[in-house]
Amino acid sequence: MRRLLGIRLIWPIVILVGLLVLNVIIEPSFFTVRVQDGHLFGSLIDILRNGSPTLLVALGMTLVIATRGIDLSVGAIVAIAGAVACSILAASPNPGSVSTVIGAVAAAIGVALVLGAWNGMLVAVVGVQPIVATLILMTAGRGVAMLITQGQIITVSSAPYKVIGAGYWIGLPASILIAAVMFALAAVFTRKTALGMLIESVGVNPEASRLAGVPVRAIVWSAYLFSALCAGVAGIMISSNVTAADSNNAGLWIELDAILAVVIGGTSFTGGRYSLAGTLVGAFIIQTLTTTAYTIGVTPGVMLVFKAIVVATVCLLQSPAFRATALRLLRSLRRKPVAEGGVAS
Amino acid sequence: MSAQTARIRFESLRRSPGRRHALVYVTLSLLVVVFGIGSVSFPGFASGQVALNLLVDNAYLIVLAVGMTFVILSGGLDLSVGAVVGLTTVTAAALLRAHWDPTVVILIVLASGAALGLIVGLVIHFFDIQPFVATLIAMFFARGLCYVISPDSVSISNPFFTTMAQTHIPVGPRLTINPSVIIALIAVAAGFVVLQYTRTGRTVYAIGNGGESARLMGLPVVRTRILVYAVSGFCAALAGVLFTFYTLSGYSLTGVGMELDAIAAVVIGGTVLTGGSGYVLGSVLGVLVLGTVNTIISFNGTLSSWWTKIIAGALLLLFVLLQRLVIGRARR
Repeated sequence: MRRLLGIRLIWPIVILVGLLVLNVIIEPSFFTVRVQDGHLFGSLIDILRNGSPTLLVALGMTLVIATRGIDLSVGAIVAIAGAVACSILAASPNPGSVSTVIGAVAAAIGVALVLGAWNGMLVAVVGVQPIVATLILMTAGRGVAMLITQGQIITVSSAPYKVIGAGYWIGLPASILIAAVMFALAAVFTRKTALGMLIESVGVNPEASRLAGVPVRAIVWSAYLFSALCAGVAGIMISSNVTAADSNNAGLWIELDAILAVVIGGTSFTGGRYSLAGTLVGAFIIQTLTTTAYTIGVTPGVMLVFKAIVVATVCLLQSPAFRATALRLLRSLRRKPVAEGGVAS
Repeated sequence: MSAQTARIRFESLRRSPGRRHALVYVTLSLLVVVFGIGSVSFPGFASGQVALNLLVDNAYLIVLAVGMTFVILSGGLDLSVGAVVGLTTVTAAALLRAHWDPTVVILIVLASGAALGLIVGLVIHFFDIQPFVATLIAMFFARGLCYVISPDSVSISNPFFTTMAQTHIPVGPRLTINPSVIIALIAVAAGFVVLQYTRTGRTVYAIGNGGESARLMGLPVVRTRILVYAVSGFCAALAGVLFTFYTLSGYSLTGVGMELDAIAAVVIGGTVLTGGSGYVLGSVLGVLVLGTVNTIISFNGTLSSWWTKIIAGALLLLFVLLQRLVIGRARR
């Protein structure tokens, strides 16, 4: 199993290393990490920090896709979580106090969990297709975020809140540490217990799993809950990093980045096989790609087209039908020279 | 396989005509109730022109819903339509700014919409990618192209487009519609005829009720499955053209979330989300319900326009739940 995982991860890692090398060629000081005021600085640290929200959202998305679902609503949940936290902070008389910040963060995470429970209920209990169930929240959710912020961008000035997305703990950006802890927890819970296997069995065949006594509903439901939790934390990070809640733009297209990270990491849309390590590498590929693009001067629009093409390619490569066609083409190409050689000899 | 076929037969028996029409009647009564609420709440709401404006303001959505009806009837889903509308408005505006002939511009955008849909259909069919994944990628791709062509809003001053925007066609005493409504109604009529009276239409229904049995019956499943996405792409581009007539500008964020409106209109109109049952005319009713809700919100004046999205989502959810009640557990 371990060897198989290694083989599956080899291509994403090669891409990541290639991108990093490309960056060093463009900007020789790319790998330099300085220590300033006891904090680490440098391009790599920036990639880690800016990649944290994407990593979190992709982490939740991995488990949802593993159950053969999809969560399109993560971008809207990012916006709502940021809106809730910032509105509470902005309305509070003392936004700088740690207890107020803890209250605001808890409220935002609570709201995100409610939204996740809502998605999970629609998919697991009512039986709505995941794409439709989460599409409702994807579009209506931005409306909800707009209602919370009353159509405005709410800015907050709260030192403790800013730490979450832009500050440092023990020398490292706080957002990386939060993402790392959540990632480690997810890895331990799904790989060191039977949970991961149960999730995969649900993804392979929900009906057979149910007959075998797997609590399918509970597992699917918790996948959506976890995805929303991750999106909520990512939303708090994003709004904290820019010290504002922008209901229109916070988390816009983050579902694309997350899906991209997940498929690059080798998790299949057909469910049943997932790789958290792959998602980790995938998320950093996306963030490095974005950073590289900005360094070269590629506009965000071109980036979106490029990412769409990458997802399309990876999806095609995952498709057995496409691989069969491609293999047949390759073989017929290879056979021709052999046949000609035979004639020549 | 035989168990599945038997189950499909059982389900088609359960979907007797009376039950199939039930959802459309629910939509019709909903339209009457919503319009009634508007008429009671606001003086001047219950007028002929307000009713006609439902068509004028939602002509693009009607066209979009026609295309989406084809896709959903076949058991698929097209998430790319909103982005294709955006792409169409931006492309049209950019080409018109470069002084291209309006007829050529319209033909180009319609052809590109249909071509994008065709590619999506080909990928879905030949490489066995789930429809939502393929159309989701198409959505991101088209939206990205919008930004590439023009991140800023481009206004349109072409005489043909302004004429189309400003022409009022009298249909009664002090009642007018515009050319877009006529185009939309032609699209509805075409969709209705194709779905109800042609082999292609019957094949679309057959695929939605079970692709395998349709194939065993010798129906052209492959061609039709691909065609459905091309039709949806074409309709999205046509809707984009109508939207350009409506707003006289092209903007890269046009149509964000419009796919929800289209899907909601189709589902509210009684088309079953898992395919195989529904009517184009029902989808038009669905658009009118959404349009009436929007009109009520704009008559009210104090409600945020974001409520329209929330209500569209809520109505979609309500009808998905209703479908489960009426038809029972759908195939997955």
